[in-house]
Amino acid sequence: MPLLASLGPYASFIVTSYLLVGLVVAALIVWVGLDFRRQKQILRDLEASGVTRRSAQPPGKSS
Amino acid sequence: MSLIDLANPTRFLALTARVLPWLAAITTVLLAIGLYQAAMAPDDYQQGATVKIMFIHVPNAWLSMFVWGIMSVEALGTLVWRHPLADVAAKAAAPLGAAFTFLALVTGSLWGRPMWGTYWEWDARLTSVLILFLMYLGIMALWRAVEDPSRAARAAAILTLVGAINIPIIKFSVDWWNTLHQGASVIRAGGPSMDRAFLVPLLIMAVAFSLLFLTLHLAAMRNEVLRRRVRTLQMMQASRQAA
Repeated sequence: MPLLASLGPYASFIVTSYLLVGLVVAALIVWVGLDFRRQKQILRDLEASGVTRRSAQPPGKSS
Repeated sequence: MSLIDLANPTRFLALTARVLPWLAAITTVLLAIGLYQAAMAPDDYQQGATVKIMFIHVPNAWLSMFVWGIMSVEALGTLVWRHPLADVAAKAAAPLGAAFTFLALVTGSLWGRPMWGTYWEWDARLTSVLILFLMYLGIMALWRAVEDPSRAARAAAILTLVGAINIPIIKFSVDWWNTLHQGASVIRAGGPSMDRAFLVPLLIMAVAFSLLFLTLHLAAMRNEVLRRRVRTLQMMQASRQAA
C-alpha cells in the first residue's frame, strides 16, 4: 500500500476523513434515491385507486 | 425558462428529469479529477500529508455557509415574493446543509488533532460552526413539527433569516477573535496565499462539491414536489371517503 505509507504517521486521520465523507455522501445519494422511489410508488398506488389530480383528469370530471 | 415558469411543478419535474443525469455525470467526473489531484498533491512543509484533509474539509465548510445563504434567499422568496418553489427548495436544502456542516466539523476535528493537539477547542470559529449545525437541525425539526407546509415554510423562513446573522460571524471569526483556526487563505484581499499545487485541487474539489450539492438539491426538491402531490391526493382521498 504505497499510497497509505506515503501518508505518514497521521494516515489514520486522513483515511478516516475521506472514508467518512464518502460514507455521508453515499448515504445522502441513497436517501434521495429511495425517497424518490417511495413517493413515486405512493403516487402510483393512489392513482391506481382512482384518486387523480384535477389536471390529470378528463375535462368535466371531478373526483 | 424563467423562475416564474418553474413555479409550475409539472414543468419543474420535467426540467429536473432532463438536467439531473447530466449534472450527476459532470459531478462524478469532477470529483474523480479532484480526488486524483488531491492524492497527487505534495505534502505541506509544516503539516505533512495531513494537508490532504483540507481538500475535503474546506469544500464542506464553504458549503455549510453557502447552503444557509441559499436558504436565506429562498426564505426571502417565501416571505416576500411568495414563489411556490421557494419553500420547497429551502426544505430540501436543510438536510444537505446539515450533512455538509457535520462533515466540516468532523473533518476539521480529525485535522485538528494531529496539527493542534486537540480534536476540539471552544473558540469562535468552531463554536459558531457548531451553532450553524444546530440551527440546521432546528430548521429540520421545525419542518417536521408543523404539519401544514405553508405555515411551516413561514416559520422556517423567519428562523433562517435570523440565523443568517451567524454566517458573517463564522466568516470573520478568525479575524475578530483569537482562535486556533487559520485565517482565510483563498478568499482574501490580495488573492489566495496558497501555493498553486494545493490551490488547483482545492478549487476543483470545491466546484465538484458545489455541483454535488446542486444535484442533490434538485433531486431533493423533485422529491418534495412529489411529496406535496401525494399529500394533496391523500387529502382528496380522505375527503372522498368522508363524504
